[in-house]
Amino acid sequence: MRNLWIFISKYNAFFLFVIFEVSALFILINYNSFQKATYISSSNQITGLAYQKVGQVTEYLSLATVNDSLARENARLRSELRSSFYIDTLTKKSIADSVYKQQYTFIVAKVINNSVNHRNNYITINRGSKDGVQKDMGVICGSGVVGFVVNTTDHLANIQSVLHKKTKVSAMLADTRDLGSFLWGDNLDPHQGLLIDVSNNVKPRIGEAVVTSTLSSLYPAGIPIGKISNLHAKEGGMFLNMEVSLAVDYSKLEYVYVVVNRLAMEQKQVEATRVKDE
Amino acid sequence: MSRTILINVLRFFVLVFFQVFLFKNITLYDLSIPYPYILIILLLPFETPNIVLFPVAFITGLTIDAFYDTPGLHAAACTLLAFVRISFINITVQKDGFDNDPEPTLSIMGFRWYFTYILVLTLIHHFFLFNLEVFRISELQYTFVRFLLSSLFTVFLMLLSGLLFYRKRER
Repeated sequence: MRNLWIFISKYNAFFLFVIFEVSALFILINYNSFQKATYISSSNQITGLAYQKVGQVTEYLSLATVNDSLARENARLRSELRSSFYIDTLTKKSIADSVYKQQYTFIVAKVINNSVNHRNNYITINRGSKDGVQKDMGVICGSGVVGFVVNTTDHLANIQSVLHKKTKVSAMLADTRDLGSFLWGDNLDPHQGLLIDVSNNVKPRIGEAVVTSTLSSLYPAGIPIGKISNLHAKEGGMFLNMEVSLAVDYSKLEYVYVVVNRLAMEQKQVEATRVKDE
Repeated sequence: MSRTILINVLRFFVLVFFQVFLFKNITLYDLSIPYPYILIILLLPFETPNIVLFPVAFITGLTIDAFYDTPGLHAAACTLLAFVRISFINITVQKDGFDNDPEPTLSIMGFRWYFTYILVLTLIHHFFLFNLEVFRISELQYTFVRFLLSSLFTVFLMLLSGLLFYRKRER
């Protein structure tokens, strides 16, 4: 027993190293697979507060660009108003339209923490579960797709950005509506991404827009992702792969919209029963 | 003694602040990311017992992780750093030749030792950190370039800070 004690105290550095290293790796692996260790993240009380305070200061520095982008978005929305279309029929009828039912609503939120230069990037916003934000909701901004919510606290939420090793967005080519998957390339360029698994008979052209597909339960269909910039990104074999230049400048995100899909639960339930049947 | 603790606690908060709100936003050409916060562990006094050193390293890593949303990643790298630090100091430093709690700073240890010290420890820390973050063999080459350039940047910043707090002393 005494010898054992001498042995341990002689090599105490090694034993302490093993204990702490194993616990660190345990946290790392656990978080990656289940995203359970939510208390060590930028949406907990202390780190969230710190980011919020510094965000209030830096907000002033980017007011000009925010104004600019809001004005542009206003202009775009105004152009979609009924009043800005020329009506060429003479008769006017008002019909209580029951065909269209509101499926998506949007919660506006401000970005208080953001990064683009890591392998896995996350964004923190100042809306949380008390404002109706829940896990697995999509997040978009005025110019395109941003990511989806991975965890929430009462007043803050954490978003896994599109610029992440594990984010995959169901996408399609805007003109031909051919499906593919969008993911971030491995060269860590925050302005480039990859569209993969497009079937081989499609003939895409450079400059064609890539948008979210109709299959996703996270985003409405047709939200822009980017434009095709290069057709021969990697040898795909059975499928075509291409490079996409992203529509959103992620380093300048200020305001985002959380997508509340009223049918998301139903879609999940339906798809879950299908898996059980198989 | 209490002055040493105070200085180290202060250094912890200052370095975490700079790391999270300044260096987190700095990248050169999408390749070079500095992590000078490891000075918190590098500059602890020689006499720090292992039972204190490892928890300090672990907590430093977890604090950075909380801000970077990467639980466990920096904690693992910092724990490794603490272990390498112990071995490196055991090999290169004779502990008897000093009067009162010496620290591994530029002013006390001289340029040559200090430079080797931060270079070796930064290289090991960054290599472990970047490969654990990516964890994919297919990106090894790109990760290697990022690791080398980031280490260069970090060492440069740490040398600058060493010169900034340089005090000429009788050795």
